[in-house]
Amino acid sequence: MGLLVVLALAMITISFRERPGGPLHEVQSVGATALRPLQVGAERVVRPFRDAYGWFAGLFAAKGEAERLRAENERLRQEAVQFRNAYAENKTLRDFLDFKAPPGYPDDYAPVYAAVIGHPPSQFEQQVVIAAGETDGIRVDDPVVNADGLVGRITDVTPDTAQVTLLTDESTRVSALDVNTGATGLVENGRAGGNSLVLTRVEKRYEVGEKDEVVTAGSQRGQLPSLFPRGISIGRVTFVGQSDTDLYKRVQIKPWVDFGSLDAVVVLLPKDRRR
Amino acid sequence: MSEALDALKLAAIVLVAAVLQVAVFGGWEVAGGSPDLLLVAVVAIALLRGTLAGAIVGFFGGLVADTATLGTLGLTSLLLTGAGYWAGRYGETTGRDRSHAPVVSVAVVTVLYTLGAVILHVVLGEEVAIGRVLGSALLAGVVFNVLLTFPVYALCRRLLGPPPSSLDRAREVRLLA
Repeated sequence: MGLLVVLALAMITISFRERPGGPLHEVQSVGATALRPLQVGAERVVRPFRDAYGWFAGLFAAKGEAERLRAENERLRQEAVQFRNAYAENKTLRDFLDFKAPPGYPDDYAPVYAAVIGHPPSQFEQQVVIAAGETDGIRVDDPVVNADGLVGRITDVTPDTAQVTLLTDESTRVSALDVNTGATGLVENGRAGGNSLVLTRVEKRYEVGEKDEVVTAGSQRGQLPSLFPRGISIGRVTFVGQSDTDLYKRVQIKPWVDFGSLDAVVVLLPKDRRR
Repeated sequence: MSEALDALKLAAIVLVAAVLQVAVFGGWEVAGGSPDLLLVAVVAIALLRGTLAGAIVGFFGGLVADTATLGTLGLTSLLLTGAGYWAGRYGETTGRDRSHAPVVSVAVVTVLYTLGAVILHVVLGEEVAIGRVLGSALLAGVVFNVLLTFPVYALCRRLLGPPPSSLDRAREVRLLA
């Protein structure tokens, strides 16, 4: 017992202090590669059952959902026409001005599609492991998305797997933008349980409203530019509050991504990166 | 020969539990919590095979989980080693013959494991949403783990057989007055 505790403490110390690519990290990388087939196999065996559960669960809400989606579809169709015109006008004006823009999403990124094969061993780590790694061109800090929006970023890679730290992790901060008002802030964990997020450092002069769309700001200023390209959907504002003593508004966000049921993700690789 | 076979079975159980926990159960989140198959399996093995086996399978189960998730190596090992040792000790001294021992062990170990994890993460300087983890997540985790205890303990008992008689010599405190 004592020996095992000492061994575990030694591993924690080395693992915590070691730089990425150190000996213990290499051993872990080999172990993760060996375990990958088992994880992929288990995930494939369970997927039909999970899909069946999702199908039956979806039936209960299907009717109300269909009506809501029909109304939303009509509204979005009208907005799409307006946005197409605005996009064309914007492109023409940029050409006139010879405007130099930072890498844009999704055109300047190559997607790598990967299944989620590992989930955290406890509630403390908001991280998942995906079935793609260094050999697919993935590097630490690459952004990760899915069809709904921003998922997180790569925080560790082995040849065949990679670790994604989710947007809901306590350590994650993302510079973000309220599309309706232009207010900027930092999206971070809401600490209120579930998947809630908050947008912090939003100045009081902005009239942020409920249902406003929040996307990544892709800030390129300063010595630490954002890791995420501009314009990736994050979520929708659900609550805005402020008090006389607060310096900033309190903005809660409901993310589009369902972090509790991630099956597959897309890693965005910058096209201009030298491999 | 039988000891080698027993060790092989223990290794297989803990490997399967760790892989299923990482690939399947860890992704299920209901009411803020999720089941921990690996923890339940370690407790079941500890009750059936004692402190030493409990601590060893806890250590290696944690090592597999930390390796597969690319987490901090040793963290889950340390917690599960303690969980296995405690459950084994409880089984050897007071609990083994009682029908409610597996459920009580799993419920208590889930709470202690969570508290230990909070302390470890805070000591390592990581940010932890303590209110959430010790609130709804812990409650849901205890419920899920207790529900998992019945099939997992029954399966482990079927695969491993009843506790060996050598464990019966231990170690109950008796009052001789």
